[in-house]
Amino acid sequence: MASISDPQSQQDSFRLSMLLNDTRYRGLTFQFIALILIIFVMAYLGMNLVSNLATAGLTFSYDFLGDPAGYDINQALISYTSQSTHLRAAFVGVINTLLVALFGCITATIIGVTAGVLRLSKNWLVAKLMAVYVEAFRNVPVLIWILIIGTIVTISGANPRAFLTRGGSVEPESEMLFGAFAFTNRGFYSPAVNFGPGWIIVLLALIAGIVGAFLWRRHMRKTLYASGKLLPGWPTWIILIAPVVIAQLVLGSLSLSMPDVESNNFNIQGGTVIGKPFIALWLALSVYTGAFIAENVRAGIMAVSKGQTEAAAALGLRPRRVMNLVILPQALRVIIPPLISQYLNLTKNSSLAIAVGYADITATLGGITLNQTGKALECVLLLMLFYLVISLAISAIMNVYNASVALKER
Amino acid sequence: MSDTHAESVAYVRETFVGEQPPPAQETGALIWLRKNLFSNWFYSILTLLALYVIYVLLSGFLPWLLGGVWEASSIRECREIAGEGAAGGCFAVLSERWNQLLFGFSYPSEAYWRPTLALVLLAVAAAPVLFPKVPRALLIVTLIYPFAAYYLIWGGTILIAVMALLGVIVGYIVYSRLVDRGFALGFFAGVAAAIIVWQIGGFITAAAPNVLALTEIQSRDMGGFMLNLILGVVCVSLSLPIGIVLALGRQSSLPIIKWICVVFIEFIRGVPLITLLFVANVVLAYFLPPGTNFDLILRVIIMITMFASAYIAEVIRGGLAALPRGQYEGAESLGLDYAQSMRLIILPQALKISIPGIVNVAVGLFKDTTLVSIISMFDLVGMIRGPILASQDWNGVYWELYGFAAFLFFIVCYGISQYSQWLERQLATDHR
Amino acid sequence: MKKTVFLGALAATGLMAGAAAAQTLEDVQSRGTLNCGVTTGLVGFAAPNANGEWEGFDVALCRAVAAAVLGDPTAVEFVPTTGKTRFTALASGEIDMLARNTTWTFSRDNDLKFEFTGINYYDGQGFMVPKGLGVTSAKDLDGATVCVQTGTTTELNLADFFRKNNISYEPVPIETNAEAQQQYLAGACDAYTTDASGLAATRATFEAPADHVILPEIISKEPLGPLVRHGDNEWGDIVRWTLNALIAAEELGVSSANVSDMASAAGDSPEINRLLGTEGNLGEMIGLESDWAVQAISAGGNYGELFEKNIGENTPIGLARGLNAQWTEGGLLYSPPFR
Repeated sequence: MASISDPQSQQDSFRLSMLLNDTRYRGLTFQFIALILIIFVMAYLGMNLVSNLATAGLTFSYDFLGDPAGYDINQALISYTSQSTHLRAAFVGVINTLLVALFGCITATIIGVTAGVLRLSKNWLVAKLMAVYVEAFRNVPVLIWILIIGTIVTISGANPRAFLTRGGSVEPESEMLFGAFAFTNRGFYSPAVNFGPGWIIVLLALIAGIVGAFLWRRHMRKTLYASGKLLPGWPTWIILIAPVVIAQLVLGSLSLSMPDVESNNFNIQGGTVIGKPFIALWLALSVYTGAFIAENVRAGIMAVSKGQTEAAAALGLRPRRVMNLVILPQALRVIIPPLISQYLNLTKNSSLAIAVGYADITATLGGITLNQTGKALECVLLLMLFYLVISLAISAIMNVYNASVALKER
Repeated sequence: MSDTHAESVAYVRETFVGEQPPPAQETGALIWLRKNLFSNWFYSILTLLALYVIYVLLSGFLPWLLGGVWEASSIRECREIAGEGAAGGCFAVLSERWNQLLFGFSYPSEAYWRPTLALVLLAVAAAPVLFPKVPRALLIVTLIYPFAAYYLIWGGTILIAVMALLGVIVGYIVYSRLVDRGFALGFFAGVAAAIIVWQIGGFITAAAPNVLALTEIQSRDMGGFMLNLILGVVCVSLSLPIGIVLALGRQSSLPIIKWICVVFIEFIRGVPLITLLFVANVVLAYFLPPGTNFDLILRVIIMITMFASAYIAEVIRGGLAALPRGQYEGAESLGLDYAQSMRLIILPQALKISIPGIVNVAVGLFKDTTLVSIISMFDLVGMIRGPILASQDWNGVYWELYGFAAFLFFIVCYGISQYSQWLERQLATDHR
Repeated sequence: MKKTVFLGALAATGLMAGAAAAQTLEDVQSRGTLNCGVTTGLVGFAAPNANGEWEGFDVALCRAVAAAVLGDPTAVEFVPTTGKTRFTALASGEIDMLARNTTWTFSRDNDLKFEFTGINYYDGQGFMVPKGLGVTSAKDLDGATVCVQTGTTTELNLADFFRKNNISYEPVPIETNAEAQQQYLAGACDAYTTDASGLAATRATFEAPADHVILPEIISKEPLGPLVRHGDNEWGDIVRWTLNALIAAEELGVSSANVSDMASAAGDSPEINRLLGTEGNLGEMIGLESDWAVQAISAGGNYGELFEKNIGENTPIGLARGLNAQWTEGGLLYSPPFR
C-alpha cells in the first residue's frame, strides 16, 4: 500500500519501517524471516534427533553397510552371496529396480500407444474395449493391481515339477515347448546363449550388418532425391542378417544350452530364467501405466487439428504416411511431457515390488537390511536419496529429449 | 442479389427441400455393424479378436459372480455348499466381514452410523464447491463440515468442535476488519485472535468434558475403507492451502523463498510415497520433541499431506502460468499490491482452471492411501491382507476380496474422474 | 498437554500423547491402558478374531501384564507392528512392551538397546513341504525354491543352513503369512520355512493339512520373548516377573480356577503364599499391589492354561508342549523362585 514513496526523502534517510512498508526492502525482510525460520526449524528437528538418539542409546552411522548381509536374493545380476555386504545387497536392489523400471517403461509405452490409438479407432467394439481397459486400470489402486496380477501369475503358471524327469526316473507330465521354453509359476524358462571361441567375430559381423543396412538406406534416400528412382527396400534385411548368419555358420561360436529337466528334483536347471516376481511386477506396472499413457496418447492425437490430416491427405499422402509424417510428430510434442511423468511414476511405483516378492531396492535396503540391522534412519535416508537421484536423472534425460523435439520457434 | 443470379444462371431454388430419408441400404443394425465393426478386413480381424477377448473374460467372470456363495461362515463351508469343481466365488466372506471391510475391526459397531452420517454430510458439504448451480447458502455447511465430521468420527464433547469453529470465525472477523490496512497485518492478527480463542476454549472444554459428548473413539481403532476415505479427504483438504502457498512461493521473485519451495516440491515429487510412509513409520518419531508421541495415523497424515501438497502445488503453478500476462499487469496497473492482486485477481482464475488437475491429484492420492497397509495400518487392503486372510476361516479367498476392494475404489474414483471430465467440458465452454 | 483446544482434541483422540522414556510404569498407570505391540496377524499368537478382539498366546501375556499393573486385563491397547516397525515403535515409546514372537538375539539386546525380559516360547525354524514331494529331510532340498517371510531372523538362518550344508536354493521373500501360504499352496515354492510354531499354525488353516509334512530338522534356536526398552529396569522387572509368575503358577498348581480361593487366605505352601501376596511383600518390592500376581493369573490362567487355550494340542494349531514344558516334566520352563 505504501509502495509509492517520495524519492527525495529516501535518499536522505533510511527508516526502519521501510523494511516492512517499502516494496524494495520488504522482499528482503520476508526472505530474511523465511531463512531464519527454516534454519530454526532445521535446528529444532536436528536437536530433537540428537537428543532422541542419545536417549535411545543409538548412533547414526553407515558402518553397517560394510557388514555381511547374511541373506540371499533370488534375482541378482551381479554376483552376490549371503556373505556379501549390505552395500552390495543394496546395489543388487538398485539394479533390479532399474531393470524393472526400464522394461516396464518400454512395454508400458507399447501398450499405451496401442491402446490410445485403438481407443480412437472407428471400430466401435475395439474402442469401447480399450475404454474399459483404461478406466479399469486408472481407477483402481496400483497396489491392488499388483496383488491381483501377482496372484494371476502364481495361479496360471504350471508347476515346474510337471516338466521334470527326476533323473529320467519318471515320465514328465508336460513337455517344454520345443524342449526349450516353459512358462511356470516360478518363472519363464528359455535356452541360454553360450559364447564360445570367436564370439567377438560374430559380434563384429552383427555390427557390420547394422552399419551396412544403415548405409544402404542412406544410399536409397540419396538415389531417390537425386534421380527420383525408388530402390527396393528388401536388401536392407539381407545386409543386416547375412553377415552374422554366415559368421555363425562358419565359426559356430554361439551355441544354445537347453534348460535341464533331469538333474534336479525341484526346479528346471540351467537356461535363461526370468523369475516370476519380475514377470508379475513387470506385467502389473506395464499394464497399469499403459492405461495412463493411453490417455496421454489419445489426448495428444486429438490435439492435432483435423485440418492437418485433411491437408496431408490433400497433398496426396497415404494414410500411413499421414500418421508417420504429419500427425505423430506433432502429437509427440503434446505426449512427451506427460509421458515423462508416467515413466517417473512407474519407477516410483516399482517400490511396491515386495508385494510380489521382487527384490528391488525398497525390499533389500529398505526392507531386509533395515529389519536386520535396525538402522531405520540411515536406510530410509539412503533409500530416498536413491529415488531422488533416479527421478532427477530421468527428468534430465527426458527434458533433453523433449527440448530436441520441441517446436522450434523462429 | 437475385438479379445477378437471374443474369448468370438459369434456375435458383428459393425454398429448402425437406430432408430425404437415407437410402435403405444405409440404415439398420446390419449396416451399423458393417460400418463400425467390419468396414475392412483389418477391422474385421480386430472385431473378432475383441469378441474373443470379451468372451474369455466373461466366461471366466460370470459363472464366478453368478454362481457365488453368499451365505457361509468359512471357506470350508463355502466349498461344501458350492460342491466339487464349482466355478462360483465365495462371496460369503464379504457378507460376514462386511463391517470389518468398511470400518476396520475395532471401531465400535454401535457407532457405525457416525462415519456413515459424516460421509453423507460430506456429499452435502462438497456440493456447493463442486457444482456451481448448487445454492451458495450451502457453503455454510461446507464451512462447518470439518468440525462436524471431527465430532462425529472421533466423538468427545461437542465443545471441542464448537470452540475450534469459534476460533476460526473470530479469526476471520478480525482478519476482515484489518485486511484493509494490509494483508500481513490482517492475517497475523486473525491467527493471533484464533489462537487466543482456542486457548480459552481449551480451558472450557477441559472444564466441561461431557457436554453433548459422543463416545470417544481412538484413531487407531479406525480401519477399513473408512480409513482410506478419512486419509484421502483430510490430506487433500489440508494440502490445498499448503499447495497454494508452495505454488505462489515457487513463482515468487524472491530467490530464497523460491528455492525453499523448489527444493521441497522436487524432493517430495522425487521419492515414492512408500518411502515417505516409512519416514512416518520409523523415522519421524526421532525428529519429534522428546517426550511427545504422535500416533501413527497423525504421522501418516502429516507425510501424505506433504506429498499431496507438492503435487497440488505443481498443478496450481500450471494454472498460474496459464493465465495471460495481461492479468498480472492489469492487477499491477490498478495499484494492487502483491497480496491483493493474488487474492482478488490471479488466484481465483488460476484455481478455477486448476480444478481438473487438482481433482486428478485427489484421485491419485486417494488410491495411494492403500499403501498405508504396508506400514501395518488396517485400511481396506490392510484388513484383507492382515486379519481376514490370516484367519482360519477365510484363508485362501483372494479374488473375492481383492475384487471387492477394486470395485469399491473403482466406484469412487470413476465417479470423481467423470466429474472432472464434466467440469473440464464446463470450463471449456466458458472460453468460447 | 491440554493447553489449547487443538492439543486437547489431539490428545483425546489418541493422536498424540506424552511419553516419557524413563518411567514407563507411571506412564501406564496414569494413562490407564497398556500399549502392547503385537504382530499384524498370526493365528494362535496374536490375531483379531471375527469380532475384532485380539486373541492369542502373545496377546494373553499383554493381558496378564495389564492385569498385574492396572488390575484390568482388558485395559490393553494392541498396536499391530510389522517386522520393520516393531523396534522403532518400542524405541520411540509408542508401545510400552513388545510381545511379538521376537527372537532374543545378541545384537537386538545390545546393539538395538532392548531388554528381553524372558522367554515365553522356545521355538526353532523348520520347513514344511508337500507330502507328495517325497522329501524326508531338509538336506534333500538341494535346488528347491523356498518361501520365506521377510523381516525376521528366518532368512538369515535359512541362508546359513544352506551354506553350511553346501546346497543351493532359491528364496522367495514374502511379506505376510497369508501370501506365503498362497504361494506355497499354488506350488510357486517347494517349501515354506518359518518358526515351527508358525508352520503348525499355517498348516492348521489348510484345506487338507495331512498332505503336508513338517520336516524333522530344526535349523535354529528361536527363543521368543517379550521385550522392553533398555534403561527402565523397574518396568523390565514387572514384565519379567509377570511372565515368571505365570510359569511358577503352573508349576505350583495355581490356576485361574483356584487362584481366588488360594489368595483368599494364606495356605500351606510358603511360595504360593508369597506369590499370591498372602505372605511377605513381593508386590511392594516390584512397585505394584500385593495381589498383582493373582490379577495376572486370573486374567487368562497360568502358563499351561494359556498354552492349551491358544496353541495347545486341542486347538487347530495343535502344538505339543515339547521344550515348553515345565522343567519338572523335561521342558525348559524354569521360573526363578519367588522369595
